Amino acid sequence: MPSPRYWREVPNRYRLEGAKCADCGKVTFPARHVCPDCRGANMEPMALSRSGKVVTSTVVRTPPDDLLMESPYAVAVVETPEGARLMVQVADCEPEEVLPGMEVSLEFRLVRKEGHGGIRCYGHKAVPVV
Amino acid sequence: MRDVAIVGAGMTRFGELWESSLRDLFVEAAVEALTSAGADHLDDLYIGNMSGGQFVGQEHLAPLMADHLGMAGIPATRVESACASGGAALRLGYMSVASGMSDVAMVAGVEKMTDGADVTNVLATAADQENEVYHGITFPGLYAMIARAHMAKYGTTEEDLAWVSVKSHHHGSMNAKAQFHREVTVEEVMSSTMVADPLTLLECSPVSDGAAAVILVPLDQAKKYTDRPVRIRGVGQATSAMALADRRDPAALDAVAKAAERAYKATGLAPKDIDVAEVHDCFAIAEIACIEAVGFACEGEGKDAARSGLTALGGKIPINTSGGLKSKGHPVGASGVAQAIEIFEQLRGEAGERQVEGAHTGLTQNMGGSGASSLVHIFERV
Repeated sequence: MPSPRYWREVPNRYRLEGAKCADCGKVTFPARHVCPDCRGANMEPMALSRSGKVVTSTVVRTPPDDLLMESPYAVAVVETPEGARLMVQVADCEPEEVLPGMEVSLEFRLVRKEGHGGIRCYGHKAVPVV
Repeated sequence: MRDVAIVGAGMTRFGELWESSLRDLFVEAAVEALTSAGADHLDDLYIGNMSGGQFVGQEHLAPLMADHLGMAGIPATRVESACASGGAALRLGYMSVASGMSDVAMVAGVEKMTDGADVTNVLATAADQENEVYHGITFPGLYAMIARAHMAKYGTTEEDLAWVSVKSHHHGSMNAKAQFHREVTVEEVMSSTMVADPLTLLECSPVSDGAAAVILVPLDQAKKYTDRPVRIRGVGQATSAMALADRRDPAALDAVAKAAERAYKATGLAPKDIDVAEVHDCFAIAEIACIEAVGFACEGEGKDAARSGLTALGGKIPINTSGGLKSKGHPVGASGVAQAIEIFEQLRGEAGERQVEGAHTGLTQNMGGSGASSLVHIFERV
């Protein structure tokens, strides 16, 4: 991965930062320049809570090449208390246990190793709330 | 705007066609379409193709294909909207003829998926790279999440999903051009390998090679080419949020609903007026969600349609009589055009064993990615 991409992705991948529309209150993750609901351009940075609930989920058993060694793994759409939704892997549990309604917390983790060089790519994964 | 008709069609067999290259596939379908219409020239050419660049390293398809068709010189354009590329090309061909810009246009779709690329990775480029694919999601995975959301909201079951594939394979068993001709049982579908929970292998469309092409002319010139033209009554196209996480409801396909609404508005027709339809069943759950979005079943009731026979041949609204993407095959860029060919044949009474008796009006619904782009075309026997 070229380093400028790391640099651009610091807010959402490292700080779990989205944006809130100053006009209509819509929360997006990652941040956007234009509000998808009202088209307002007054999007203000907003850090999300590191917790949420599974909206829907699956277990990936035929992964892309970069994640062959991780399979099977659970992926879910998680909604945070602010109303932002994000797609993340769910770790530290049996993937079959991840179902809609499950309470999770969002932790900073290694997400994948990319390409032949195996560059380590970080971001957030969900883990069950125990 | 002029009325537009399809007057000829050509299509390769769909499947793992090791002996054919990307251009071979296009030329075979295109020559058959020209011959069937008796057309000796083209004023315009649109080619739906998702990813020649990634599958076989070939971009700039439009001049390449025109050249190999012996028609270097004509205007030609490659159209991309992921798996809806064929449908998007059809809309542009329709606009080209309707507007008076051209009198004979070809719309084709082509994809060569089996020549070595990592298909899972290539298809995933139709999802949001930064926010979905980065986290390891695949296309079966995205539709599996739609399925789980549908199950949680409406009580859809794994058996409901299996029935969709049983019906598709039954229809496909009667289609000589289909990739699979074998019937399957609910038990076989449910016990096949799990790909992305809750979707099994037999609930996923296959990796396919293939091409399809149709010839469009103004309706008032159609009789020069054929006794049985099929009129394109109207089209609707729409988009929705790209990422599943950004959708209002992950169980709903809003772009499909909007495209259908626009097509119905353009034609003055309603779901009850449609006699036969092809919808985008890339996964079993997609057929269920699509027939709800297009209006053939109420919200949450699409799950019962295949099992009850509503959408089977002989049912009230036969869906995917070709076998659908599941059984006929899904060379992604070609599928939208192949859907139109099935309806073309149905409305001309040429569908053989698969014929829907008395079919007068038909519909195709094609979509891209996990449903972020969709097209709906409505056709009518003349």
